[in-house]
Amino acid sequence: MGHDIDNIGTNPLTGRRRVWKEYQKVIPSDKYFYVRSCIRQNIFPASEVHFLKIMRETLGKDVYENPHHTTCSGIGYHSDVVPLETSMTIVARQFALMAEAGYENLAVSCITSFGLYTEFLETWQHFPHIRERIAENLYKATGRELVLPKCVAHASDIIYSLRDEISQKAKYRLVNKNTGEPLRIVEHIGCHYAKMFPSKGVGGAEYPCVLSGMAEAWGGQIVDYPERRQCCGFGFRQYLVQANRGYSISNTKKKFDSMEPYHPDAIITNCPGCPYFMDRWQYVIAEMEGKTYGENGFGIPVLTYEELAGLVLGYDPWDLGLQVHQTSVEPLLDKMGIEYDPSQKYKGIGGKDLGRPEEPRVLKTELCPHCL
Amino acid sequence: MGKLYDKLASDVRLEEGLVACINCGTCTAVCPAAEFYKYDPKRIVNIVQSQDDDQIRELLKSDVIWYCGECMSCVTRCPRKNAPGLVIMALRSLSQDEGYFVESEKGRQQLALKRTVGENILRKGYCITPRTMTYERHREAGLIWKWETEHLEDIFERLGANLDGEGPGVLRQIPRESLDELDRIFEVTGGKARFEMIEKASSRKAAEMGMSDEEYYEMVFTQNNGSHFK
Repeated sequence: MGHDIDNIGTNPLTGRRRVWKEYQKVIPSDKYFYVRSCIRQNIFPASEVHFLKIMRETLGKDVYENPHHTTCSGIGYHSDVVPLETSMTIVARQFALMAEAGYENLAVSCITSFGLYTEFLETWQHFPHIRERIAENLYKATGRELVLPKCVAHASDIIYSLRDEISQKAKYRLVNKNTGEPLRIVEHIGCHYAKMFPSKGVGGAEYPCVLSGMAEAWGGQIVDYPERRQCCGFGFRQYLVQANRGYSISNTKKKFDSMEPYHPDAIITNCPGCPYFMDRWQYVIAEMEGKTYGENGFGIPVLTYEELAGLVLGYDPWDLGLQVHQTSVEPLLDKMGIEYDPSQKYKGIGGKDLGRPEEPRVLKTELCPHCL
Repeated sequence: MGKLYDKLASDVRLEEGLVACINCGTCTAVCPAAEFYKYDPKRIVNIVQSQDDDQIRELLKSDVIWYCGECMSCVTRCPRKNAPGLVIMALRSLSQDEGYFVESEKGRQQLALKRTVGENILRKGYCITPRTMTYERHREAGLIWKWETEHLEDIFERLGANLDGEGPGVLRQIPRESLDELDRIFEVTGGKARFEMIEKASSRKAAEMGMSDEEYYEMVFTQNNGSHFK
C-alpha cells in the first residue's frame, strides 16, 4: 500500500516515492485541542476515553478538552435541518474556543465533523466574503473572534502517525496465537474522511492507509475485497428516520457479502457511524435471515481504532468498552491470546451486578468450549 | 431574484458543486443510493443545469432529492470535479425554504429530523443523546442497547463517561452559557427560522391530511409506501 515508504528521508524523490509524497499529510505529533463526536459518545464512549488515555498517559502528549465545546451540528447539517450558515458559525465557535485556549491544532474525534471542518475551511478560502460574514455572525452571537486552525487532524491520523510508538509498547500483536499467522483485518474508512477532499487524508481517496497502516504496524494483514470503499450505509436521514433504514442495512449487507469469502478476523473503522452499523446490522441480518458472517455462528468483531490500539497496548477489554458491542469480540480476543475475565463483562464499577443483556435469537454472543 | 434557479444559484454549494456536468453518469455508477433507490443523480444535475424552473419545482416537491445519503462518493469520482451531493444539499435547502418538502413522503421526514437531531442540539448541545435514542425507536440498536438504556448511569460510569456531569468528558452536561451561545447562533444565522418553517409547513400539511400532530409525526417517522426501491 505504500506506508512502508512514507519515511521519505533525504533520498531523491523519484518514482513511487515522489508519487507517494503527494498523498502525505502533515500531522503534528503533539499539542491538540480535542473535539468529541456525538455518535461515539453515545455508542462507543470508552473509545474517546481511551484516545485521551493513550495520548496522555501512554504517549505523554498534550491533548486539551474544553467542556464548553459542543456538537459541530454535522448530523443536523447532513440531515439538512441545520442551515449551512448555522453550521459554519457553530464550527467557527469551536475554532474560537481552540484559539482562546492557546492551541493551533484541532484533533477531531468524528469523521462527519472532520469533513465539515475541512469543507468549511475550503469554502472560506475560496469565498473570503463568506468567512467574513461567519466571523460577524460569531461575534454577534457570542462575542468571540474567528481564528482559523493551523492544522485539522482526525484522531485516527494522530494514532496512525504514532503507530510505531504504539507498536514498540505493544503487549499483544494482531497475530493468531495458535497458528502464528497475521490476523486478517478489514479496514473501513468513513466516507467523509477523504472522499470529498482527498488531500486532507493520509493516502488520499485512492490509497487511504490511515487504518491499514495501523493494522500492519501491529502485525495484521489487510483484506482487500471488492466493496472495500463502499459506504457503510449510514446516509444520515437514511438511518435516522425509521422508514428509511432499508437503505442503510442494504448497503452494509453488500459489504459483508463482499468481504465474507476472505474470512476476516476483525473489522476496524475510523468513523462514528460505521462501527455502529457494521456491528448492529450483523445482528439484524442474523435475526431477519438467519445469516451470520463470522465463524461458528458468531459475527465478525467490529472495532474502533482506539479499541484496537487499546487491545494491542494491553488495556482490559471491558475497560475499553468491548462489552457494549452487539457482535461479540471474544473470537478476536482469543485469537490474539488476550487475557480477560468473562465474569466481569457486564459488571458495573466495583463488580456491581447490572444483570445481563438478553441473548439474540441467532447471532452467537457467548463462547463455549466447542466454539473455537 | 425570484426564479427558483436564481435562488438555488445563490447557495454557495451550487457554485462549488456544479461547474459543467458532461452527463457521463459516473456519479450514478458509484452512488450507494442509486443502487437501491429509483435514483439517478446524473438526471438531477442535468435538470439543475437546464435552469428550467418548472422541472426544478417538480424536483423540489418530489421524493427523489431525499434519496441521497450524502456520503459524497460522487465527489471523488466526477471527472469534472462537480459535487452532485452538494447540489442535492442546495436543493433540499430550497425545498424547505419554499415549503415544498411536505409534498413528498421522504421530504415530510424533515419534521422527524428537526424534532430529534435538531432539538437535541438546542436542548443538550449534542445531535444524539442516549435518553432520546430509545430502544423502542431503535430496535436495530440491539438487545445490548436495551440493556444499556436500562442501566444508563452505571454503564456509562463503568466506561469512563461523565454522563450529565460538570467539567470535560464523554456526554458531560454542556454548560448553560454555551447552550445559550448555540441558541443565539441559531437565531442569528437562520437556524431557528428553518426549524419554524419546518413546523409551520408540517402543521399545514397535517391539517390538509386530516391528521393530528401525533398521527402526522408517527406517519412521517415510520411510513414507507414501498415505491422507492428499484
